[in-house]
Amino acid sequence: MEGDIVQMGAYIGAGLGATGMGGAAIGVGHVVGNFLSGALRNPSAAAGQTATMFIGIAFAEALGIFSFLISLLLMFAV
Amino acid sequence: MADSTSTDSAQNAGGSNRILAWVLFGAAAVLLVYAALTGKQTELAFHPMDQFIVKPLFGGDTINWYTPTNVTLWMGFAVVCVFLLLVLGTRGRAIVPSRVQSIAELAYGFVYRMVEDVAGKDGVKYFPYIMTLFMFIVFSNSLGLLPMSYTTTSQIAVTAVLAMAVFLTVTILGFVLHGVGFLKLFWISAAPLPLRPILALIEVISYFVRPVSHSIRLAGNMMAGHAVVKVFAAFAAVALISPLSILAITAILALETLVAFIQAYVFAILTCVYLRDALHPHH
Repeated sequence: MEGDIVQMGAYIGAGLGATGMGGAAIGVGHVVGNFLSGALRNPSAAAGQTATMFIGIAFAEALGIFSFLISLLLMFAV
Repeated sequence: MADSTSTDSAQNAGGSNRILAWVLFGAAAVLLVYAALTGKQTELAFHPMDQFIVKPLFGGDTINWYTPTNVTLWMGFAVVCVFLLLVLGTRGRAIVPSRVQSIAELAYGFVYRMVEDVAGKDGVKYFPYIMTLFMFIVFSNSLGLLPMSYTTTSQIAVTAVLAMAVFLTVTILGFVLHGVGFLKLFWISAAPLPLRPILALIEVISYFVRPVSHSIRLAGNMMAGHAVVKVFAAFAAVALISPLSILAITAILALETLVAFIQAYVFAILTCVYLRDALHPHH
């Protein structure tokens, strides 16, 4: 039985860390939603800004990826 | 008259569709409950992460740095595909391009415009590097969608090498072009003076975190998508819910096709952003 409680803690921590991905999901949704509402107001300017939207998505996603990384580390490295 | 009949039929169609949907949902729910109650299989038929095991191609279990593994094989396939598309596909140089040639031209134009828009006119000099990265990642991701294949970009080792190469290239380029002036990237002159040291600290941290997020974004997206596919594939072994899980696999694979392209695009466009920072460190 020894050592099991450490593993339990690691798995609970991995699960808690994975909830951080939800924040990234909200952020990405926010970026795309605001892009779309702006694009529907001025469709002619939208095409030039899709690259900016993808950069914004990538930056918003990066912070969720760190929580995913923590989960992976807890699952496989600790 | 014609309008009313058409709306009637439309309503009827909508009603019958709704009834059909409810029947399907009900059947699925009953099947799920039945499978959960009577199912003897308490474990999946195979582990969803088994697909990411690195195996040597020719016997043995030991893996050294020179051992050809399945990762090597599928990276080789990706390189061969890029060669076939971009070198052999455009060999004809026809004025009216063939299908393969027009795909190659579309890809070239797409990446070229992206580099020009994001990195600027003087970033075009580094277009071949970004084109190489983009094509390699696109083909690695798409080849991973084939059944029984191996997704090389799901390995953090592979993407970390790509991202570290970008990071080192961009950093060295910045110092070569601007010398110590490259450090102005961290000293934001637009901000009020008392804030600048704090902002500089944040900028330095975010600069060194770049290769981490750059590599794990690609690997994480690929790994998560393929693991989900395999989870549903294991559900398909349970006879009662196999139709549902096969439908789910089809839907997820459609999404993965999109993700495979978008992640390659994001990797390339972030490389362009970092390149722009190295070329113009003055905000």
